[in-house]
Amino acid sequence: MAKIATRIAYGDALKELLQENPNIVVLDADLAGSTKSGEAKKVDPSRHFDMGIAEGNMMSVAAGLAASGKIAFASSFAMFATGRAYEQIRNSIGYTNLNVKVCASHAGISVGEDGASHQCIEDISLMRGIPGMKVIVPCDYNEAKQAVKAVAYTDGPCYVRLGRSGVETVTSDDYKFELGKGVVLKEGSKVALVATGLMVQEALEAYDKMEVKPTVVNMHTIKPIDADLIKQLAANHDTIVTCEEHSIIGGLGSAVAEVLAEAGTPCKLVRVGIQDTFGESGKPNELFEKYHIDADAIVQAASK
Amino acid sequence: MENKELSYHAKNIRKNILKQVYQAQSGHPGGSLGAADIITMLYFEEMNINAENLDTINRDRFVLSKGHASPCLYAALAEKGFMPEEELLTFRAINSKLQGHPNMNYVKGVDMSTGSLGQGVSCAVGMALANKLDKNDYRVYALLGDGECQEGQVWEATMSAAHYKLDNLCIIVDANNLQIDGHVSDVMNVYPLDDKFKAFNCHTICVDGHNFDELRSAFKEAREVKGKPTVIIAKTVKGKGVSFMEDQAGWHGVAPNEQQYHDAIKELEAE
Repeated sequence: MAKIATRIAYGDALKELLQENPNIVVLDADLAGSTKSGEAKKVDPSRHFDMGIAEGNMMSVAAGLAASGKIAFASSFAMFATGRAYEQIRNSIGYTNLNVKVCASHAGISVGEDGASHQCIEDISLMRGIPGMKVIVPCDYNEAKQAVKAVAYTDGPCYVRLGRSGVETVTSDDYKFELGKGVVLKEGSKVALVATGLMVQEALEAYDKMEVKPTVVNMHTIKPIDADLIKQLAANHDTIVTCEEHSIIGGLGSAVAEVLAEAGTPCKLVRVGIQDTFGESGKPNELFEKYHIDADAIVQAASK
Repeated sequence: MENKELSYHAKNIRKNILKQVYQAQSGHPGGSLGAADIITMLYFEEMNINAENLDTINRDRFVLSKGHASPCLYAALAEKGFMPEEELLTFRAINSKLQGHPNMNYVKGVDMSTGSLGQGVSCAVGMALANKLDKNDYRVYALLGDGECQEGQVWEATMSAAHYKLDNLCIIVDANNLQIDGHVSDVMNVYPLDDKFKAFNCHTICVDGHNFDELRSAFKEAREVKGKPTVIIAKTVKGKGVSFMEDQAGWHGVAPNEQQYHDAIKELEAE
């Protein structure tokens, strides 16, 4: 099956949302073609606001629209949405608990050739720290489309992390996205691979390569984290390997570590992710190999 | 409303600003006193806000972008009868609705949570955009400090307000030329403000921010301007009404002691 980027699903979901709900509005900061928020213009150009290259203003404007009864989707690249406009998201959107859905594309090192300035590996960490913010990292087109539609009707601020690169469809046709509930894709033993976003496909590839078959979990919601599932995995496995295209600091690995530490479980944790370093230019697959987050790196981590 | 009545309300608001800051022994008296006449004009004459529409978005909205002047906003809401006056004594105290900087989810009539400078004006742009989408006639007012205009976000917001032709948005700059570290023109000169806003494609009006006639005609003019937002540069005196606080950066975020409080109230009552 052809690979398709989660941002494509975002654009498709927005078109449906705009058709079904007159209160939905969309904002972008000069990246409407890349984030795919521009798809909304095909349904109703009057409800798509290009705010120019001014992400901070965009986030607070989105808050103002939400304070007037709108459900506002605000998009840019993850770096500029969550990094440049962090404090606007924190104060105008988070503290107010307004209905703004920050949907950021081009997250992680899979951005590729643009290099480290555009490869946001801190966004989950930044958004997870904001009280009340929900954080979702869809793994494929199917899940991304459902997640975007789900956050539209979830009260309060949400962050959805979307990617630039195509990913395989790993969810089934009858898949139903449920916010906050991890999905067990493969039942195995000894090791549980807990992956998020496009790392789910890497984890499934690792599964194919491993002799002793591991459990594979799609942890699409980082906040609220599915603590029950993690504790269950810890009880039934020797090792949990978290897999994320994000810094090992503050993301999925940290969220799982928090649950494990507080539960006092003896289950070992290995974090596959960007090891506290910046990325660089290159093809996504080359970067995944160099930064040790590809399927082979997961297989290796599982044997630790 | 007669200017005499506006003065009466402004005086009560000023007294309640001092009461709050004195009781809390914390807060920002200078900028609150300086903004009192503008906020009185907005709440008692310009805006269509009343007890019936208070809890809805079907009315004019006000964003206090300079959120540290919260005592002035709270005093105005109490003066309008939207909250009991006794509640003002809980300002900045634990478990109070009256946070140091306004929280829209705690206080009816606070239209946006503010405090981080520069963000409120963008939120007001969002509200004005929503009104345009909904094709209603409600207006949005945002009060900024002149020091606040050093924030780049104010200019991002202004650029977008003009781009989207938000003639339903009125920005008021409380221009007292003082900020925490001293005179605005010494700390980081952001003047001339009227030329800057004009260059950003806004209609601008310069007034004395303590003169109700000038404020009245400026708001009227703003309502009549079509196709662009209006920015009213209101020259004010920080600490206005209390002689020893007037035009002193030192009274930006300091509470009066008992003697100073009584002197200040006495001076306001003697007016």
